[in-house]
Amino acid sequence: MELNARLPSGPIEQRWDRCRFEMKLVAPANRRKYTILVVGTGLAGASASASLGELGYNVRTFCFQDSPRRAHSIAAQGGINAAKNYQNDGDSVFRLFYDTLKGGDFRARESNVYRLAQISLNIIDQCVAQGVPFAREYGGTLANRSFGGALVSRTFYARGQTGQQLLLGAYQAMMRQVAAGRVTLFPRTEMLDLIVVDGRARGIVTRNLVTGEITAHLGDAVVLASGGYGNVFYLATYAKGSNCTAIWRSYKRGAGFANPCFTQIHPTCIPVTGDYQSKLTLMSESLRNDGRIWVPKKPGDKRPPNEIPEEERDYYLERMYPSYGNLAPRDIASRAAKRVCDEGRGVGETGLGVYLDFSDAIRRLGRKVIEERYGNLFEMYQRITGEDPYTVPMRIYPATHYTMGGLWVDYHLMSTIPGLFVAGEANFSDHGANRLGASALMQGLADGYFIIPYTVGDYLAGTKLDKVSEDHPACREAIDNVRCITKRLLSIKGKRTVDSFHRELGRILWEYCGMSRNATGLKTALARIPELREEFWRNVNVLGTNEEFNQCLEKAGRVADFLELAELMCLDALERNESCGGHFREEYQTPDGEALRDDANYAHVAVWEYQGEGRRPLRHTEPLTFEYVLPTVRSYK
Amino acid sequence: MRIVLYIWRQPHRDAPGRMVRYEVAKVNPDMSFLEMLDVLNEELMNRGEDPVAFDHDCREGICGSCGFMINGVAHGPLPGTTVCQLHMRHFRDGDVLYLEPWRARAFPVIKDLVVDRSAFDRIIAAGGYISVNTGSAPDGNAILIPKEIAERAMDAAACIGCGACVAACPNASASLFVGAKIAHLGLLPQGQPERYRRALNMVAQMTQEGFGSCTNIGACEAVCPKNIKLEVIARMNRDFLVASWRARREARVEGFG
Amino acid sequence: MSTAGVSVRGEPAVRFYEAAIGKKIVMAVTGFILFGYVLVHLLGNLQIYLGPEQINAYARFLHSTPLLLWGARVVLLAAVILHITASVQLWLLNRRARPVSYVMEKDPPAGYASRTMLWSGPIIGAFVVFHILHLTTGSVGLPYRELDPYHNMVYGFRIWPVSLSYILAMVLLAMHLYHGLWSMFQTVGVHHPRYTPWLKRLAAAFAIFIGAGNISIPVAVLAGWVRE
Repeated sequence: MELNARLPSGPIEQRWDRCRFEMKLVAPANRRKYTILVVGTGLAGASASASLGELGYNVRTFCFQDSPRRAHSIAAQGGINAAKNYQNDGDSVFRLFYDTLKGGDFRARESNVYRLAQISLNIIDQCVAQGVPFAREYGGTLANRSFGGALVSRTFYARGQTGQQLLLGAYQAMMRQVAAGRVTLFPRTEMLDLIVVDGRARGIVTRNLVTGEITAHLGDAVVLASGGYGNVFYLATYAKGSNCTAIWRSYKRGAGFANPCFTQIHPTCIPVTGDYQSKLTLMSESLRNDGRIWVPKKPGDKRPPNEIPEEERDYYLERMYPSYGNLAPRDIASRAAKRVCDEGRGVGETGLGVYLDFSDAIRRLGRKVIEERYGNLFEMYQRITGEDPYTVPMRIYPATHYTMGGLWVDYHLMSTIPGLFVAGEANFSDHGANRLGASALMQGLADGYFIIPYTVGDYLAGTKLDKVSEDHPACREAIDNVRCITKRLLSIKGKRTVDSFHRELGRILWEYCGMSRNATGLKTALARIPELREEFWRNVNVLGTNEEFNQCLEKAGRVADFLELAELMCLDALERNESCGGHFREEYQTPDGEALRDDANYAHVAVWEYQGEGRRPLRHTEPLTFEYVLPTVRSYK
Repeated sequence: MRIVLYIWRQPHRDAPGRMVRYEVAKVNPDMSFLEMLDVLNEELMNRGEDPVAFDHDCREGICGSCGFMINGVAHGPLPGTTVCQLHMRHFRDGDVLYLEPWRARAFPVIKDLVVDRSAFDRIIAAGGYISVNTGSAPDGNAILIPKEIAERAMDAAACIGCGACVAACPNASASLFVGAKIAHLGLLPQGQPERYRRALNMVAQMTQEGFGSCTNIGACEAVCPKNIKLEVIARMNRDFLVASWRARREARVEGFG
Repeated sequence: MSTAGVSVRGEPAVRFYEAAIGKKIVMAVTGFILFGYVLVHLLGNLQIYLGPEQINAYARFLHSTPLLLWGARVVLLAAVILHITASVQLWLLNRRARPVSYVMEKDPPAGYASRTMLWSGPIIGAFVVFHILHLTTGSVGLPYRELDPYHNMVYGFRIWPVSLSYILAMVLLAMHLYHGLWSMFQTVGVHHPRYTPWLKRLAAAFAIFIGAGNISIPVAVLAGWVRE
């Protein structure tokens, strides 16, 4: 597998401009002759579809939801970063670049991250013009808030629904192209395989989720914007439908998978309450601005929180990280919570939870101020838990929230399969080993609005593509493959439900490949996952037929892929003998328990190449070089 | 606690459906309503029966996928709450609940509690956007928007497109949904150039999809999980009225020219 | 299953009335005309309390200006026809929009009045026909004297079933007006979080005034406060 990242050279500020200038262009009249298939309608997919449609390409866009507006970008709460420096607090493109690179623990490419910071400026302009109702000051200018991991105020937001508003902006722009006839939409349609002809991505195989019809869609380029794979943990803050199938099946067709073990665990989620639990809900990171996090000093202290006197409480983040305190970055706050719970000091019935206490803030600022700042979050908490956070401290616990890993892409966002582009969370590109808050929305929109439209054009203009018909052997083979998987799943008729396998897989992964990992645990997981997978294919119970609306069958296909991906994640975690960002290997830590990076041996992207069923995938590396920001130890003490 | 459910079962779009009785014996008050249905479905599958189909995705009350009638109320008894955020502690042991899909000609049933809401997408495609190509935007702060206006636009923009308004309306009217988008974009300076065109086109599409008319009952407002107000419907009516008036005048002027 | 874009065609006026909102606006405008008439009509009728000379003189005045009288009649007839046509069309549209009803129906939270528009309308319509036959043309066999409304009312309302039907019709009219009045503002796009509640109160006040004012006449006749 050749990993040519096609990184431009020259001064970092000019790299993207130069790259754009060097790109080949498709003549306007010729664009409609090209068909581009876009999978997923989140921020990246919808914005790419809209922009490609505006340029005049013939776009076909697919999503498994009933409407493209429901993609999970919609659930992002906090905001979107942009280096506008509207607050005159010293922000700049370079500072956003620096913060993002450092926040990612120096495991991302300088060129990519710099481009992201540059484009962040255009994104805000574009979204404002589309009518995204960002928060405003009384003077009518855009408002900003601060977010974790940065000392400047550069986050733009629309109440606690920034993701929703940005997604609706992109969705509406795309629907405008649907009306113009440039984008054809396929809702309730799931991509189940990639069609590769002569080494190039030329189409996808989909299943219509209402009728079960399996269809090959052919085109000249494929853009995957199918999101992250955090649902591999079963319990996560993802939507229930979020899955890895599009990227996983592309991996099995030859696309390299980069850094699969880089997952982000968000510290402030509502804890698990029982076995029936289907998902976890995030409480915005902004709560940590005024809430104080603590656990009892004594293990097993079951007294109600209000009866535990001040001196018997351990405000552990304030104790361990005096300068950042409760605002320590996500990976660090999450690990600290795990540590105190492992010591038996966790709270709540399960012992897996810590208090997020607002009583000090309420005393200091008054209930009214807290209500204004966090009213809707408190309401949401009360709705879910039935407890009133104004009088009883909230209970929170970390949960899987984002995956920094994904399909490997070059500077043009093209995977190792020519013609297969990957955008948004589905690719691995910009966040390194840990993502900063309010950066996911930025990356999704940068990819979709401002990168994919150029780079896809460059690919099309520079490539001679023969016509492919539906009876091309590669096409028939892909369709047969999908039919075969479906048939196999339906024919097992075993005893266990799909969800029971998924839950068990999640427990294994959370235990051994979650917030902290070690070689022994990873080896255990690597032994247990194949066993579980074997049982799945022998004993899973998938009811119904293919030719109907069959949610059980949909889920089974996705879980089958999670069962394979989980193994790759553990393998990657085991091979990366260092701690960095969200990947914490217990063997590699400083004496006071902080992550210990190994830049000499692991300053690279690990890219996995599929070798066929039952065979160990090959690990390749793309070295990371740093010219502008020299890697240092991240310290938040 | 124990919950008795009567659920609308319909195998596919063209098949007849009926209410079927189920019982969920071990319901934990901390479960969400959908988690209770997950438990029911696990039991059904273990018995080899077809699980109940329902749309759901984010389960955080923002994607708008979920929604069905619980005892005749869209999204169930808790105001301002989608069914995925409704927890079983709001019910009592032994409660009997009737679950039915959204009912509207424009929302045909696909299976059980799942309906086809693509009519909403077509209404947005008819004009629910601001026409601005990628790359042609001025600086974000070049357009000043008073805070109050931004807040009111956000109130309307909070719509999640779940369809509860249509389901609750005795006339199956989509006015709250359409009004919300017209109000969101029409309140903002960016939305002015297309304001009246948008109203005409979206209303025309709404009519074509077979939704009923608004008779100012307010059932939509009462069930809306995002508390969208009837005010947006008045705004839609006003914009439509002005738009029709202008379109007439323009047609006349063109006729003379 | 693809979501196709839609183009919008058609002449603006046709499109206006094709849309449910167009029909609603027609109902609002005609409803307003009818409301105006009902108000003027009541003010005319209340002159009964000023004695036979006053009200009969008023009747003669109206009949002495045929242009005004017939002009008003034509406008009213047109308003009634449009109001009824639009309402029937909307009723059919709304029935078609919800072909399958819920097994569990729950009453919408709105007031009684809004839900009764549908049948209060036709009943009021039937009443208006009877009312015209009784007091305008005098062709239902009740005591009737040309251009002597005082006599006609007094003798008509002495028959208690006639009075009762008038009273019931006026109760319905009041409810119809209450919902119709504030709702017409909503329909033409007047809505304000601060003023709409006041509008509703104002609508209620007008509705009660019209209902009570009209009802007072048969009551006064039956009680013997107004007599020949």
